[in-house]
Amino acid sequence: MILMTATTSDIGLIEKISGAFEKTADAKDNHRREALATFQKIGLPNSKTEEYRFAPITRALEKNFDFDKTGSSSDINSIEKFLIPNLDASVIVFLNGIYSKTLSKIVSPESELRISNLKPSIENGESTPYFQKYLANSADVFSALNSAFWQDGIFIQVPADTKVEKPLMILHINDAENSQSIGHTRLLVVLQEGSELTLIERSASVGANAIFHSFAEEIIVKEKASLDYIKIQNDEGKLHQVANSIIHQSNESKLSTFTLTMNGSLIRNNFNIAIDGEKCESHFYGLYLLNGNTIADNHTVVDHIKPNSHSNELYKGVMDGNSKGVFNGKIFVRPHAQKTNAFQSNRNILLTDTSTINTKPQLEIWADDVKCSHGCTTGQLDEEALFYLRSRGISHEEAKAMLLYAFAAETLEPIKNHELKSYLDGLISGRLNKF
Amino acid sequence: MLTVKNLRAKIGEKQILNGIDLQVNAGEVHAIMGPNGSGKSTLASVLAGREDYEVTEGNVQFLGKDLLELEPDKRACEGIFLAFQYPVEIPGVSTVNFMKTALNKIREYRGMSPLDAVAFLQLMKEKMKLVEIDQSLLSRSLNEGFSGGEKKRNEIFQMAMLEPKLAILDETDSGLDIDALRIVANGVNKLRSKNNATILVTHYQRLLEYIVPDFVHVLYKGRIVKSGGKELALELEAKGYDWIKNELAIA
Repeated sequence: MILMTATTSDIGLIEKISGAFEKTADAKDNHRREALATFQKIGLPNSKTEEYRFAPITRALEKNFDFDKTGSSSDINSIEKFLIPNLDASVIVFLNGIYSKTLSKIVSPESELRISNLKPSIENGESTPYFQKYLANSADVFSALNSAFWQDGIFIQVPADTKVEKPLMILHINDAENSQSIGHTRLLVVLQEGSELTLIERSASVGANAIFHSFAEEIIVKEKASLDYIKIQNDEGKLHQVANSIIHQSNESKLSTFTLTMNGSLIRNNFNIAIDGEKCESHFYGLYLLNGNTIADNHTVVDHIKPNSHSNELYKGVMDGNSKGVFNGKIFVRPHAQKTNAFQSNRNILLTDTSTINTKPQLEIWADDVKCSHGCTTGQLDEEALFYLRSRGISHEEAKAMLLYAFAAETLEPIKNHELKSYLDGLISGRLNKF
Repeated sequence: MLTVKNLRAKIGEKQILNGIDLQVNAGEVHAIMGPNGSGKSTLASVLAGREDYEVTEGNVQFLGKDLLELEPDKRACEGIFLAFQYPVEIPGVSTVNFMKTALNKIREYRGMSPLDAVAFLQLMKEKMKLVEIDQSLLSRSLNEGFSGGEKKRNEIFQMAMLEPKLAILDETDSGLDIDALRIVANGVNKLRSKNNATILVTHYQRLLEYIVPDFVHVLYKGRIVKSGGKELALELEAKGYDWIKNELAIA
């Protein structure tokens, strides 16, 4: 057993954060105090913490944030520029971690989509069967931190056998125009049996001050339900985000996810899929297109608990400038999960000598009758292909963008919504033309 | 059209071209033959602008411009076309989209307006017939999973679309069966005119039965050691490359 010893500075930071906790409105809540104790016990990751080796989040928190200060103000009164053009969708807005009823707009009828505040839904017992059922505080230090600190949250339910016609977008706006912004948000989503939902989650930042956003979400996809889940991380500001997401699948459910990461200072996604049902299908896609000094770390887990399910994970990345990409893909196939098909692929292109990628597949298979494969590649742009395109009259820049687009576009395949797809397509092309 | 003077080039530390002189005029077909490793493909690559090669001496004029000063894409816009010996497979880029981008880039360079979708498809259909290539092939990713013959036909299709002034066919006959060879040659012949020129780089005389050259040059150790008419190719076929080597040894 390896004992983690927190360095003096880590202890100082833990004390500061604990001190800030005492000033929060819910500091007396027992569940939150427990979560804080777990946070203190696990401690903040340091350079020796394996799971955070390439994501120096503790140093970033120490350097950029004053945890003694509370509440950042925001003057934002329109969300127009954060919306996806031509997409008719319900929008739930969080401003610096706090749900904004005035900026939110629900277009779906209540018969399709039931939305309530998370805190009262816990108090009245409505969300108790689901809340913190699958995401443990002990899973990750930032999961514990979020459980102690979360300021606001939303509980979303889709009734059984209901298809939500219009997508639902959760928009996190972090406004650091006036001062630093620290936000802790939670989301609880339950798709009842046989229901269908397209869920988009977008974070957007404003202002030049530092932003820390911890985010925890539990998504429960019951029998025969189907979820399309798209995460767009294209923050302009100095965002430091740790997102802990778990999606729990039951029998014959379908899941398709796409995570696009383009900007931000340090983005860490802990994304777990628990396939706790038979005949499930899970497409787990991601694309990171990084430049400048951005660090994006995708830690993913596909956990096959029951037999006869199929998962397909594909993450791709292009790194420019001094950016750092990290991919860690764990696949667990539990002893009972016979006849599992699990595939994983991570492919990367490095455009500069100063950009890096750390990729690590980790497969742990206890069942014996399974089909599993994984592969990862890292390379440069194919010079021969580049010359081929150029020899037909296409400029160097354009040929490069064409090749990178061809590389990236595969990850968009699972997205069905046309407006959403063309928006993502535009974001991706725009970025690739600047590389 | 093309004037090559004392062209010398190397890759890494290896000198490959040792002073090539070549004059190609509009309306002409030149065959460059030679044993393996004589520098044939290097010459084709240097003319098209492949950056792996370093030109150490000499110059190349193409339609009054210093060709060696131009980027590969600008050379294509000026009218150079290289049919690759090994066409590259590019997953995710369809031939149709690629050709549309390329054609409109070249048209833009020449001050012509871009072709709209309808006009482009019409042109494509016309050129497809020329090389007997199927549309379903062109809708797929560029060269991905194509057979050797399909790749070469795709090269000639692209050539037909872009209407170059000087086409350089690098070992286009290699790996082709007799039927594919006939189709490819037929395409090249139909595209021949008094305004354009062709350089055929080939190891064998076989291709020259279908595309009859005006001039044949023998390349050996990075230099053109013998030039003549189409009968030179037949003589080479009969006597083999050793004949040239021996003749040079005696001289």
